[in-house]
Amino acid sequence: MNVAVRHATAAQRLKVVDCDIHPVYRTTAELHPFMAAHWREHMATFGPHFRHGLTGQLPFPRMMAAGMRVDSFPQDGPPGSDLDLMRKQHLDANGVECGMLIALSRGGMEERNLEFGAALSSAINDWQLECWVRKEPRLRAAIVVPQENAEFAVAEIERRAGDPAFVQIMISPRSSDPLGHRRYWPIYAAAERCGKPLALHVAGYSGGHPSTGSGWPTYYIQEHYAMSTGMQNTLSSLVFEGVLERFPKLKIVMIEGGFAWLPALCWRMDKHWERMRAETPHLKRRPSEYVREHFWFTTQPIEEPENPEHLADIMSWVGWDRLMFSTDYPHWDFDDPKQAFKFRLTEQQKAMIFRDNARAFYGLP
Amino acid sequence: MKLPFEGAIDCDLHPAMPSVQGLLPYLDDYWRDQFSNRHIDRMPFVLSSYPPGSPLSSRPDWRLPSGSPGGDLDAIRRQVLDPFGIRYAICNPLHGAVALFNDDMAAALCAAVNDWMARELLDREPRLRASILVPAQSPELAAREIERVAPDRRFVQVLLLAMGETPLGRRIHWPIYAAAEKHELAIGVHAGSTYRVAPTYSGWTSYRVEDYVAQSAAFETQLLSLVAEGVFQKFPKLKVVMIESGFTWLPTWLWRTAKTWRGVRAEVPWIDRSPAEIVREHVRFTLQPIDAPPAEPDMLLRTLDHLGSDRLLLFSTDYPHWQFDGAEALPEGLSGDTMQKLLVDNPLETYPRLRDAAVTAGQDKTSGKEAS
Amino acid sequence: MSRRVVARASEVAPGTCKIVTARGREIGLFNIGGEYFALSNRCPHKGAELCRGMIVGLVGSDGPGEYHLSREGEFIRCPWHGWEYDIRTGQSWCDPTSVRARQFQVTVEPGSNLLKGPYVVETYLVSVEEDYLVINI
Repeated sequence: MNVAVRHATAAQRLKVVDCDIHPVYRTTAELHPFMAAHWREHMATFGPHFRHGLTGQLPFPRMMAAGMRVDSFPQDGPPGSDLDLMRKQHLDANGVECGMLIALSRGGMEERNLEFGAALSSAINDWQLECWVRKEPRLRAAIVVPQENAEFAVAEIERRAGDPAFVQIMISPRSSDPLGHRRYWPIYAAAERCGKPLALHVAGYSGGHPSTGSGWPTYYIQEHYAMSTGMQNTLSSLVFEGVLERFPKLKIVMIEGGFAWLPALCWRMDKHWERMRAETPHLKRRPSEYVREHFWFTTQPIEEPENPEHLADIMSWVGWDRLMFSTDYPHWDFDDPKQAFKFRLTEQQKAMIFRDNARAFYGLP
Repeated sequence: MKLPFEGAIDCDLHPAMPSVQGLLPYLDDYWRDQFSNRHIDRMPFVLSSYPPGSPLSSRPDWRLPSGSPGGDLDAIRRQVLDPFGIRYAICNPLHGAVALFNDDMAAALCAAVNDWMARELLDREPRLRASILVPAQSPELAAREIERVAPDRRFVQVLLLAMGETPLGRRIHWPIYAAAEKHELAIGVHAGSTYRVAPTYSGWTSYRVEDYVAQSAAFETQLLSLVAEGVFQKFPKLKVVMIESGFTWLPTWLWRTAKTWRGVRAEVPWIDRSPAEIVREHVRFTLQPIDAPPAEPDMLLRTLDHLGSDRLLLFSTDYPHWQFDGAEALPEGLSGDTMQKLLVDNPLETYPRLRDAAVTAGQDKTSGKEAS
Repeated sequence: MSRRVVARASEVAPGTCKIVTARGREIGLFNIGGEYFALSNRCPHKGAELCRGMIVGLVGSDGPGEYHLSREGEFIRCPWHGWEYDIRTGQSWCDPTSVRARQFQVTVEPGSNLLKGPYVVETYLVSVEEDYLVINI
């Protein structure tokens, strides 16, 4: 079959909600219209202030093309900065009927100067609206917040709470304290009040702690893996600190952290909590019950066991209703919706994972 | 389920550690003097990972009328070695010396603990074997201690904690692996932290249960560190045992690491085959704790299938830590062949020094007598 | 199987790749030091456009901390997940036993033996003059 026809037919057959797309600005000048003059000045002089040793680059460099799909570079600008290319190469080609933007660049999650972080967050949120969502009806935004200061974060959430273009509140799980800690609770209160879920997605080296609980690793393969162990630690914190007991309406999606680790972690949490439960009297239910009610997971990067049927086991243990498809476009470990699963899914499972779970989670019309 | 036959090898037993007073005969006069003057001889050297009163630290029926759990050799015989029909049990010394910042003090205490174990445990009970306690905070001093103790072949392993200051694969630790490989000692990585850095990538957890749960994630990252840094290329005869690590997280680790490796191979080109293959050849995991839903034994059996190998697990009781009740140390539904491997063959294959006694004493290496 | 003219050899400079379509399939043409190879443009892993990836050499090692590069320009890395394929054989590097990009045989043919497509492959006479190879272009 002709290649172009094959793509179009596949796109027609498959309609997906993509829960992880990364928009990027060509240059920081794109943020200028959304920032006060003195903050533009600050950005040009003192610049971003992160918890690692380099400016403008990561201390664990990525692999090919700085971690981007080699085929996703527009004529000018970095991957993810060109809406037309994103449409052509991804939204249209892959039948994306709705895409959730996760804006990682220079948001408030990582910034140590908290007032500057608040200004950046607000600018990124305006930028998402003006440069992306208003121009492309298939896209939705996430509220970026300066998460290490709960007061500033709540203010930004409340500023955006009424705008349906923002479907969730983005928090980096790589925080300065585990996310279950009380100092973040005002953020969860605000999320619960405005009825928007939390989206946990790693951003840089935001919190400043080593990537593992045993010090800093050496190679990118280890850094990449830390996304999943860190997400496990975060989930554990949210459960054991009683966040889900205190905020029973809160919904949380864990993005790009994997999901195959979930059954074993729930088994482990349950087993050891059972014996040590006197330590956490505020928990009224077992850990896995809180997880079952409050957590969803995006699928990328999908696991690739030697026997593909093993992945089906994991997915049924996690729950077919808990998984939401994502691509991570334009990053290198992209999952193509037509190719992501190497075992046969039923039509119902496909519909749930590629669309219906996300439609329910986000309340899409 | 109970053990179906005698002759099992228990790969994780914790005799109580002696007090500093009890170690004084094994220390030189400088340290005896210092410990006395500085009141260090009154300090308990308990790792904060195992608060003595915590339910994890001891099963209630294993606590003793006086003294610490695991502190009475007769109790060890009565509560573990005899009822479980144990042929060998490997003593893993959890001692706070490894959390000190003074390398020399740590080294002196470790040496004293090793000498104490040889005299007070190994000399008195022929079924016991031990891991060498080393000051891992100084790989050079740790290697020196390995060289010193290695001639006593009742020591079968070198003990490291799962959570230190820098990941275990890093080259700075390699003197330890060189010494271990040379002397046919396994490397045992045991749950526990010296808390040199925050135990998670987002900082300090509040609860002990969180810390204990987080140990499995730490084992995942340590396993990856050992593989990524090429420890098994550099030390091809080395065997590493993850102790009290859990293992139900392992299939996911194998899948994820093999997948990522294919795309990032150029940064770590000494990894010459799939990380899954490397782990199946070089790394083992003790049985306790079994992190699986007790009401759904099929999920555990399916997870064991996902592992893709029946050579990975080593039987353990983790005495006196509370991981199971009664004599129910094994999961339900294991085949006879799997049990044979778990209880006997895999441990013998992992610890070459355990095979010494079998060869020299001409003992039967197979399953032995049925439990009476 | 039929043979098709797909491009001028000169359109494929050494060290580069040109993607063409033949019988509805996309194919990448490669020139490694004057030898031509063709690979399917579809990565067998997850269907990416393989031939839009980076042309690289082969990284090897004798042990931790040692790196060497060989066979420069003879491998292509998939633009998505970075899997490495030997352009000469279609063999993927990491899992030699399991994954192979589909390979098509390519020859530089004199024009008369092929079905006519939009291109006619030019032939080159090569003569030897005083130790120099001279190609008529």
